[in-house]
Amino acid sequence: MSTAIRFVRRGISGFVLRRVLLGLLTLLLVSVIVFAATQALPSDPARAILGRTATPESLAALRKQLNLTGSIPGQYAHWLKGFVTGDFGNSLAARGEPVTQVLGKRLENSAFLVLIAGEVSIPLSILLGVLAARRRDGPFDHTSSLLMLALAALPEFVVGIALVVLFGTTVFHWLPAVSLIPPEDTPFQHLKALILPVATLVLAVSPYIARIMRASMVEVLESDFVEMARLKGMPERHVLWRHAVPNAVAPAIQVIALNLAYLAGGIVVVEFVFGYPGIGSALVDAVANRDLPVVQALAILIAGVYVALNLMADVATILVSPRLRTSLR
Amino acid sequence: MTAVAPAAAVAAPPVGRPLTILLRRAWRAVRTKVGVVLVVLVVALAVIGPFFAPHSPTEFAGIPYSHASSALPLGADNLGRDVLSRFLWGGRSVLGLALLATALGLAIGVSIGLVAAYSRSILDDVLMRAMDVILAFPSIVLALVAVATVGPKLWLLVLVVGFTTAPRVARVTRGASLEIVERDFVQAAEALGESRTRILFGEILPSITSPLMVEASLRLTYSIGLIAGLSFLGFGVQPPSADWGLMINENRQGLTIQPWGAVMPVIAIAVLTIGTSLIGDGLSRAAIGLERGGGER
Repeated sequence: MSTAIRFVRRGISGFVLRRVLLGLLTLLLVSVIVFAATQALPSDPARAILGRTATPESLAALRKQLNLTGSIPGQYAHWLKGFVTGDFGNSLAARGEPVTQVLGKRLENSAFLVLIAGEVSIPLSILLGVLAARRRDGPFDHTSSLLMLALAALPEFVVGIALVVLFGTTVFHWLPAVSLIPPEDTPFQHLKALILPVATLVLAVSPYIARIMRASMVEVLESDFVEMARLKGMPERHVLWRHAVPNAVAPAIQVIALNLAYLAGGIVVVEFVFGYPGIGSALVDAVANRDLPVVQALAILIAGVYVALNLMADVATILVSPRLRTSLR
Repeated sequence: MTAVAPAAAVAAPPVGRPLTILLRRAWRAVRTKVGVVLVVLVVALAVIGPFFAPHSPTEFAGIPYSHASSALPLGADNLGRDVLSRFLWGGRSVLGLALLATALGLAIGVSIGLVAAYSRSILDDVLMRAMDVILAFPSIVLALVAVATVGPKLWLLVLVVGFTTAPRVARVTRGASLEIVERDFVQAAEALGESRTRILFGEILPSITSPLMVEASLRLTYSIGLIAGLSFLGFGVQPPSADWGLMINENRQGLTIQPWGAVMPVIAIAVLTIGTSLIGDGLSRAAIGLERGGGER
């Protein structure tokens, strides 16, 4: 893939190793970007945070806390070292608590939200894609394709607010409009409050997965082995779910992983819409308060999830498609 | 012109022609027409709307969250301003900023993609890996990092959204150009000693207009959502300006009492993005049709 790391040996393990190295390299560059954007700008972040009226003493104290003293490469090395060892610095807003403490609970909440959204949207969209492909150009195919197109176009906050108006506040009063979860509780205890945020995320990612699944299914259903299975008199349901679907899922895996990665970004807006206490709303708060250590930690964390999921998608695609697997030998 | 370079004329029809074919084909689909109607509606609303606003978008017109009346057809917002007037004024910023950001992203992305495809060297690898790094962030996170450092400035919004649009455009441009740079007319232009810039933008660019049109409409849809979303989070257009994204943020606390302040902008943004994506879908179907040999090469 990249000329720089072509020396790594061939084969599947070599491929995986190369992808992992490339992922780590990407993450390193990501950290440089985040560092450069938040710390090495010509403007003084300490003054930007404290404002024009700040005293020199408070500026100096904040600079020290923000690790703004010393040379820029030195600052970066210090910052990265802390990061790798799990020391993300202290929050500027939350009474100086360590960032890990501020985010720990919220990270769990967000992971929970994303996992549920993934567990609902992946089977649902695979099913929709298969159904659309089975009766290609039929009424279901046309309706679902237009609906998916429209849903894919809508920004998440528009979907979220529309759902709140429909089911929470105005048309029906079935579900809570906000998903506030007290810090001592787990999201499990407030499942009803999770329905609308999960629905928003599902509506945001399902169209993409359903679309690729349909395209992939259409191709597989036209192939010789499906024809063969039908000709030998296999029941259609068997042909569909035992033979066609497993082969059609392989090309879709990458899109599925990409969309799970997308969820990591999508939660920012969705959590804000519903007031859900996760890392997304934490990021919005941190940006509003210019709490740079929290912003840095979350930006790198989300990028890390993103890179990891892409990596898994690549590897999974190789593992499930026999043609690619043998070509690597 | 045909007398000078017949081979070139066959390989690449004159500028505009493939584009007109694409547009004519796309227009045949019902969804494209519906998309154009929706977009024209919202653009007209945003551009002409302010002239019909009964009140100033920032003046106090009634009790906060008061219901619709003859004086305030859509009621009042969280600060007692006329919802209808703010709605009529609030489309310009969303549209303007999204268009600027998309144009910027296209300009950067197309340039990088063309240079990468034409370089045939390590530069190609380096540029595309750099694009991958930008793609390692969800766009909104990159935008939030920038806002956290610089503050909510409109130029920053355009810059960041353009910046996150560029890598995707660059990939499409490079992908489409890789095959074009090997064609005879590019080699002919090289032999004639044309400058690199002229070859990139005068010879190669006109040959990849179809995939770029499709990508541009996709990116525009995406930029509208991102820009409006950032204003919704409170990091875009700042109060007291009227902006659809900001209006949703301001009025969502009062949804139970007076929903119009949030519902009208939600509808407008939804109609706009569905419109642009219908146009994009129409274009991409037409482009696929052309590739399969429907159009003349």
